[in-house]
Amino acid sequence: MEKVIVDCSTGEQTIVPLTAEEIAEAEAAAAAHAEAQAAAEAEAAAVQAVKEAAHAKLAALGLTAAEIEALSK
Amino acid sequence: MATTYTLISSNTLSSSAASVTFSSIPATYTDLVLRCSVRDSGSSGTSQQQVRVRINGSSSANYSRRNLTGVGSTAASGSGTGNTSIAGFYAPDAGATSNTFNSFEIYIPNYATVQQRQVSVFNAFENNSATVNELNATAALYTDTTTITSLYIDTVNGLVSGSSFYLYGIKNS
Repeated sequence: MEKVIVDCSTGEQTIVPLTAEEIAEAEAAAAAHAEAQAAAEAEAAAVQAVKEAAHAKLAALGLTAAEIEALSK
Repeated sequence: MATTYTLISSNTLSSSAASVTFSSIPATYTDLVLRCSVRDSGSSGTSQQQVRVRINGSSSANYSRRNLTGVGSTAASGSGTGNTSIAGFYAPDAGATSNTFNSFEIYIPNYATVQQRQVSVFNAFENNSATVNELNATAALYTDTTTITSLYIDTVNGLVSGSSFYLYGIKNS
């Protein structure tokens, strides 16, 4: 992988290979981001599951879909 | 367009790259406008990846933000402090419809003066599908007070060929 540097004072564009350190940093950052994203998705899924369970309980009590939706707003 | 709106430099990637940096930005303008269209080279469950812009290459925890996001028909808001880049906006990745890119604009006022930077970001991409049609508006703050001489842009997994970058300078007269 390479990085592109555009020198605004000259207009010159340079393509520079990433150093081993930069590659390691990028891989670590990507892994951390993927982990955080997975955690966020899991949290969102858990919230959605709780919401659906609550809706099911409200429906079991006899509320209509419109009434449940009104409560959710 | 007013004649005070001047293209400083641009680049369109002819092959994939980890990042693009505009360096040696002249201090002769009042404000900067960065306009880009990018796509991430990786793949995720959400078909999108975060775009990161760093001032003077700094990845210190000097950035904070408030952002509004619309994804499909769902609206959300968010915030962050101690961020390591201007963040909170996204680009399609390899999981999105082929050849779709985002487009975003970052406005940086008074970049050549010594002060904290309040930055606005507007970003959008359309995936030509029922999902991952996204709009982001972000207000960001960079608390370092040094003058801005470079801007660094990347995505989590790298930028695909065809991603384009334009840096404009605006003079107040």
